Amino acid sequence: MRQIADWIILNLFGVADAGSWPYSWLVYLGMMVFAAVLAITFVAIFAGPVTWVERRVAGRIMSRLGPNRVGPQGFLQWLADGLKNLLKEDLIPDAADRPLFRLAPHLVWMGMFGAFVVLPFGAHLVAADLNVGLLYILAITSLVVLGLLMAGWASNSKWALYGGIRSTAQLVSYEIPTAFSLMVIVILAGTLSTQEIVRAQGGWPWDWFVFRNPFTFLAFFLLMTSSLAEGNRVPFDLPEAESELVAGYNIEYSGMRFLFFLFAEWANLWIMAAIGTFCFLGGWQIPGVSPDAIDALLARSHGWSWSWVGLQALSFAIFAIKASWLVFVVIQIRWTLPRLRVDQLMIACWKYLVPMTLVCILGVLAMALLIPQGGVLDYLIRGLMMVVGGALVALFLWRARVNYMLARDSYRKMEGRELWFPPYRLV
Amino acid sequence: MTGPKLEQRIEPEEELALPNVLTTRLDLALNWFRKSSVWYLLFATACCGIELMQTGGPRTDLDRFGAVFRSSPRQSDLLIVAGTITYKMADRVRLIYNQMPQPKYVIAMGSCANCGGLFTPSYSVVNGVDKIIPVDFYLPGCPPRPEALNEALIKVQEKIQGEPWFKKIKVAR
Ligand code: SF4
Repeated sequence: MRQIADWIILNLFGVADAGSWPYSWLVYLGMMVFAAVLAITFVAIFAGPVTWVERRVAGRIMSRLGPNRVGPQGFLQWLADGLKNLLKEDLIPDAADRPLFRLAPHLVWMGMFGAFVVLPFGAHLVAADLNVGLLYILAITSLVVLGLLMAGWASNSKWALYGGIRSTAQLVSYEIPTAFSLMVIVILAGTLSTQEIVRAQGGWPWDWFVFRNPFTFLAFFLLMTSSLAEGNRVPFDLPEAESELVAGYNIEYSGMRFLFFLFAEWANLWIMAAIGTFCFLGGWQIPGVSPDAIDALLARSHGWSWSWVGLQALSFAIFAIKASWLVFVVIQIRWTLPRLRVDQLMIACWKYLVPMTLVCILGVLAMALLIPQGGVLDYLIRGLMMVVGGALVALFLWRARVNYMLARDSYRKMEGRELWFPPYRLV
Repeated sequence: MTGPKLEQRIEPEEELALPNVLTTRLDLALNWFRKSSVWYLLFATACCGIELMQTGGPRTDLDRFGAVFRSSPRQSDLLIVAGTITYKMADRVRLIYNQMPQPKYVIAMGSCANCGGLFTPSYSVVNGVDKIIPVDFYLPGCPPRPEALNEALIKVQEKIQGEPWFKKIKVAR
C-alpha cells in the first residue's frame, strides 16, 4: 500500500519526493482507510460463503445434503443466518457484567482483524509491510485470549467461565509451537517481514519453503496443527465442547454479539490458511515472474499500466487459490476427527509439538550449514520432498475417488439408478 | 404444582386501514431470510429425543432448511419439547423457554408433550407442555416419525413467513 500511495502522489499530484511533501500524510491516511474498508469487506465476503461451504462439506461427509433452500444450492444461507441474528433480541443476562459483556466480542474481533494488516494478498497488496510482521501477527492475535476470557468471566455462568479458562490455557500453550514453527521460516528467509518472506521463495513449487528440506516439510504440518488449536477448531475445540460445556464461552451471547464470535472464527480460518500459504507455499509468487519485475513495472509506469494491474490480480488469485485449498482441508479435518480430551490436548502440545518444532529449528540450522544453497544436493532434496508432497496430494485425490465410488455403488444398490453428484460435491 | 401462570400469546396488532406497501414487502423479504435460519435447541427429555436426533440425520436432513442445532438457548429460535415433562422438569423447561431471545417458537413433539400421553394418570407428569409454556404446533404420535417433525418445521416456517414482523416486535418490547 505504501508503494501504491507513493505512486498516487507521484502521478496524481506530480510530487516526486513524497517524504518532504507536506500533504502526503493525507494520501497515506486515505490509503489506510481504504485498506481497512477493503479488508473488512474481504473478511465479510469470505466468512459468509465459507459457512455455506463448510455446511455442504459436512453434509457430504455425513451423507446428508446440507443447506439447499436459500438461493441457488443454498448459497445465500449465510445472508439468512446473518439477517436472522441481526433481527433477534439483543439479550444481556441480568447477572452479567454489562460493559465487559459488550466489550468482549469486540476484542476478539479486533484481535483477528488486526492480523489482516500484514497479510500479503498480492505483490503490492498488503495494508502495511511491517518489518516485524510475523511478530505482530503473533502479538495481535493474543488479544483474542483476552476477549474469550472476558466473555467467559462477564457472562457470570460457570460453563462460560470454564470455556474461557480452557481457551486461555489452550491458546497460551499452542502459541509456543506456532511461534517455533514460524521461527524455521524466519531462519530461512532472514526476515520477519511478510512480504520479504514471500520474496525469499519463488513461484515454482521447488522454490517454496515447504519443500526446502524435510524439516520445513515437517514444520508446515506442525504449524497447521498448532494453528488449528489456536483457532479453537475441531479436533481442538475444547472451549466449545458441547457435551461438556454446553456451548463454551459464548453460551450467554445471542443475536449479533454471538455472530461476532463466529465471524472471528471464520476470519481466523483465513488467517491460518494465509499464514501457511505465505510462509510455506510461496504466497502470491507468480511462476516465471520475478517480484522485482513487478516492482519495476510500478516504478516505470507513469500513468495507468494494465500489465501491472493484471499481475496484481494474478498474484492475488494465486494466493487466494492456495489459501482456499488449505481452508478446504481444514474444514474436512473438522468434520472427520473426534475431539481431544483436555489432558491429551496438553500432552500433544508439550510432549510432542514443542520438542518436534525445536528439532525442526535445529535441523534447518544444520541443513543450512551443511548443504550449500542452490547446489546439486540441495535440489536433490527439494525434488525428494516434492515427490513426498505430491504423493500426499495424490493420496488425497485417490481417497476422494474411492469415497465417490463407494457412494455411487451403494446408491445404485438402494435406488436402482445412477448417482450424479454436481462436481463441487465430489470431494 | 405451584407453577407459573399460563403465559399470554403476543398477538400481532390489527392491520392498519391502509397497509403500508413498503413494510409489507420488507416483511416478506425479512421473513424469508428469517424462516430459512431456524436454529433449534438441543433439548430432549425422553424417547422422542431419539427421533429428534434422527431428524437431523441423512434421511430427513433438517440442515436443508437452514435449521441447525444450537446447544445454548440464547442462540436458538425454536424449542422442540421432545418427551415427557415431569413436574420436576417443568420448571427447567419454563426457564429454558424464558432464556430464549425473542422471536421464539415452540413445537410440542409427541403425545407426552401434547397431553401427557401414556403417562397421563401418573402423579408426576405434566399433562401437556402447554400448561407451562405457549406452544405453536402440536405434533401427535408416540413417537412422531422424523418426517412428521420435518413437516412441523415447515409449518413453523410458514408461520414465520406470515408474520408482520415489524409490528410483532413493537408489541413484544
Ligand atoms: S410420546 Fe411416546 S415416544 Fe414420545 S416421549 Fe412420550 S412415550 Fe416417549
